Amino acid sequence: MPTLETTFAGIKCLNPFWLASAPPTNCGEQIMRAFDAGWGGAVWKTIGAPVTNVSSRYSSIDWSNQRMMGFNNIELISDRPTEVNLREIAEVKKRYPKHVVIASLMVESKRETWHDIVQRVEDAGADGLELNFGCPHGMSERGMGSAVGQVPEYCEEITGWVKEKARTPVVVKLTPNISDIRMPARAAKRGGADALSAINTINSITSIDLETLQPRPNVDGKSSHGGYCGPAVKPIALNMVQQVMSDPLAALPMSGIGGIGSWQDAAEFILLGSGTVQVCTAAMHYGYRIVEDMSDGLLAWMRRKGYETIDDFRGLSLPNVREWKNLNLNFRVVAEIHADKCIGCQLCYTACWDGAHQCIHLDRADGGMQTLVKGTDPRYEHGEPNPHGMPTPAMVLAKSAMVITTTPIPKLDMSSVASGEGTPLHRVPRVDEDECVGCNLCSLVCPVPECITMERRDTGLPPETWEQRVAKREAAESVAATGNPNL
Amino acid sequence: MSTSTGFFEKAPGSPEIAERFADLHPPLTPVAAMIEANRCLYCFDAPCMAACPTHIDVPKFIKKIASDNLEGSARTILDANILGASCSRACPVEVLCEGSCVLNHHNSRPIEIGRLQRFAMDALHASGAPLPFEPGKDTGKRVALIGAGPASLACAAELRRRGIQADLFDARALPGGLNTYGIAEYKLPLVESLREIDMLTQLGVDFHFNTVIDARALDDLEARYDAVFLGVGLGAIRKLGIAGEERAGVTNALDMIAEYKSGTMTSVPARVAVIGAGNTAIDAAIAAVRLGATEVTMIYRRGPESMSAFTFEYEHAKQEGVRFLWHVVPSELIGEESITSLRLAPNLGPPAHRSENACEVAVDLLVLAIGQGTHTEFLDGGKVELERGRIVVSRATGQTSNAKYFAGGDCANGGREVVDAVADGKRAGIGIANYLEVAHANA
Repeated sequence: MPTLETTFAGIKCLNPFWLASAPPTNCGEQIMRAFDAGWGGAVWKTIGAPVTNVSSRYSSIDWSNQRMMGFNNIELISDRPTEVNLREIAEVKKRYPKHVVIASLMVESKRETWHDIVQRVEDAGADGLELNFGCPHGMSERGMGSAVGQVPEYCEEITGWVKEKARTPVVVKLTPNISDIRMPARAAKRGGADALSAINTINSITSIDLETLQPRPNVDGKSSHGGYCGPAVKPIALNMVQQVMSDPLAALPMSGIGGIGSWQDAAEFILLGSGTVQVCTAAMHYGYRIVEDMSDGLLAWMRRKGYETIDDFRGLSLPNVREWKNLNLNFRVVAEIHADKCIGCQLCYTACWDGAHQCIHLDRADGGMQTLVKGTDPRYEHGEPNPHGMPTPAMVLAKSAMVITTTPIPKLDMSSVASGEGTPLHRVPRVDEDECVGCNLCSLVCPVPECITMERRDTGLPPETWEQRVAKREAAESVAATGNPNL
Repeated sequence: MSTSTGFFEKAPGSPEIAERFADLHPPLTPVAAMIEANRCLYCFDAPCMAACPTHIDVPKFIKKIASDNLEGSARTILDANILGASCSRACPVEVLCEGSCVLNHHNSRPIEIGRLQRFAMDALHASGAPLPFEPGKDTGKRVALIGAGPASLACAAELRRRGIQADLFDARALPGGLNTYGIAEYKLPLVESLREIDMLTQLGVDFHFNTVIDARALDDLEARYDAVFLGVGLGAIRKLGIAGEERAGVTNALDMIAEYKSGTMTSVPARVAVIGAGNTAIDAAIAAVRLGATEVTMIYRRGPESMSAFTFEYEHAKQEGVRFLWHVVPSELIGEESITSLRLAPNLGPPAHRSENACEVAVDLLVLAIGQGTHTEFLDGGKVELERGRIVVSRATGQTSNAKYFAGGDCANGGREVVDAVADGKRAGIGIANYLEVAHANA
């Protein structure tokens, strides 16, 4: 039976699911309810000199029928007295000794101040420390948060101060608001950090109210850039986690953060090297209860894949992320439309014509399936040019507009109504394989699972990367230049 | 030009009818419309658009609902179908746009195109905004349109947008033809038809009501106008051809529907029988239920597999409690001053059914719905080519055998839906404009 129990930077965890430092971890009462719901750990809402927050604080963007695809906040760190937070940390640890409580910290950039806060939260019973070098709004204007995270030297220095004092593992939380996240990550590592967490929120303005022309969230008619998170940022976060974890000078135990809301999201972060994952937006959206399926689903997947522990699959996808120059140029896939699954929406057709390579056509009913169209793709040897010679989308629409349609009269011409039957052949697009570059676009826009698949085609060529090709060319050129084949 | 607006205010009707004939498909709330609009896949060259006789760009207007551009959504609908509000309610969407939605092939409910279309049109009406089109620059050309039903209205709109004067002549006191008087009230209330026509008249059309055009009047119009559009619809419902059809207690479906929609009929007696099994027959039968009949029977000479009503209409009738008698024909109307019962004789059908079906049904009101005849007598004499009373037209242009005459709607297509009449009228309007430009160039 697989287990979710794991150890992160020396900290024993019941499971890898932590609540990120944010409103869901504002107080002890919340965190204890979260632990009851199944969360393995919680990073306390950042402790520091108490702040005054504004009203309102959050904004979001919706996508189609889905709320909060992206979420934004301008809330600062904890606005509660430090003593209250410390007292509650102690209480939570007393009641939930097996659950992980990490104290997120942010104080002014003075050695003594950092020493003092580290001492106090560790005395309260925190299992580890997370240094908030990432908060992009408000605190950064006061020289804290991302103002530290954006300067590798500050990162290194403050991490060093904390390490002088800390008895528990030190996690440095990185900001994505920087051109190369590896730089602050390396600095943290140099400063002695035991672990990293990434990413913090991304600078954002989510929307403007088109009636008032005021941005959101609205604070007395004004707003300020906030920190962006939620499902929309996951790809950005995955990339940054990979960048850090593939860099020997930066890699440390990683707590992955950014748009995680499901067990699949968690598995992806772990496959790119994360040892634990942190969640905020999804819990703010749906409540602590989401962790049940995250655990349940991840365990089921581990069982299917034969993994016993988190470490069994942690980082397994890292070797599969390469620089572009190391990808095989002789690998080829083409789109295949499975007519039996096609519902005839023709989104692949319009996407291919306007957004890709004009190689999907609407001529199946005209015998287009049988017609071999010679291609120009250099990987194919037909050699003959094909200036498409196919109707453009505008021509297709113009033809449809001319068709005269009438309401079918039952029992007279209802047979022309395709009810319950399959998609009519003329609605099913056809891929011109010779012209298809294998970009995936059609398969991405297709609303039907498995309807458009990308099928491998043997090019008959051995694998060759750009790097190899350039090297070969250079070698050939030097041979040509010197005339000496032995050089 | 026109001062004929304000039909909405003149609408007859009764609150009692409004209550009994509440919307069969209630309007979508803004939230529900947004969710439904976002479900649309936005197909390319969408099958729903192809299935619509007026080729409304359905994905486009739905996308505009999703983007909260309701004004643009309504304009998209009206640009293709000037009676977009009526059609959103009256269309048999099950066999048109919604029936062709690709989601039917995706183990999913089709998009509720009809209700979304109504949502966009209701929003336009509620906004009080004018019709989003201007009449074209006056060309000096004039067209007479006989009949003011959906075909003529759609034709007139095309003409006006091209700067051609449109004069409509109708035998009734209000415009809209069957769109106003003949659609089941729970689908399209009479007042909604008039509201839409009020909007159309912003293009400047002239109505001549209570005007019957006979052969002489037609000659006069032909002389005074540059072209004539015939949108006269079909004629009266056919008779049974048995004795006693004129006595009290016998009516026909179209009169009955027009009367209750106008509020002049607010109740029916307890036992109602409807002869026929088309969509109009079903409308009449359901109306009888709503008007208080306790026993409504539909009588059809063949079996359910042969009925001309749409399947969903048949199902609706059954849900309303309508009883069906198959394979029988009326053989005798019984009753002194007023009809009291109806004797039925077996008709074609499996022998097993025949003897059982021979019976007598007690009836207080008999409603005939066995199809409409034509009323193109005024065109006799070779004015335009007719085929079994129908006006023969070129489908693409609506032009008849007489170049100056165009036709569309039921009188040309034999009797289809409002949306078919609109499509006919639209094609004819464009056809007339093309014809007149040619004539002009030749002058």
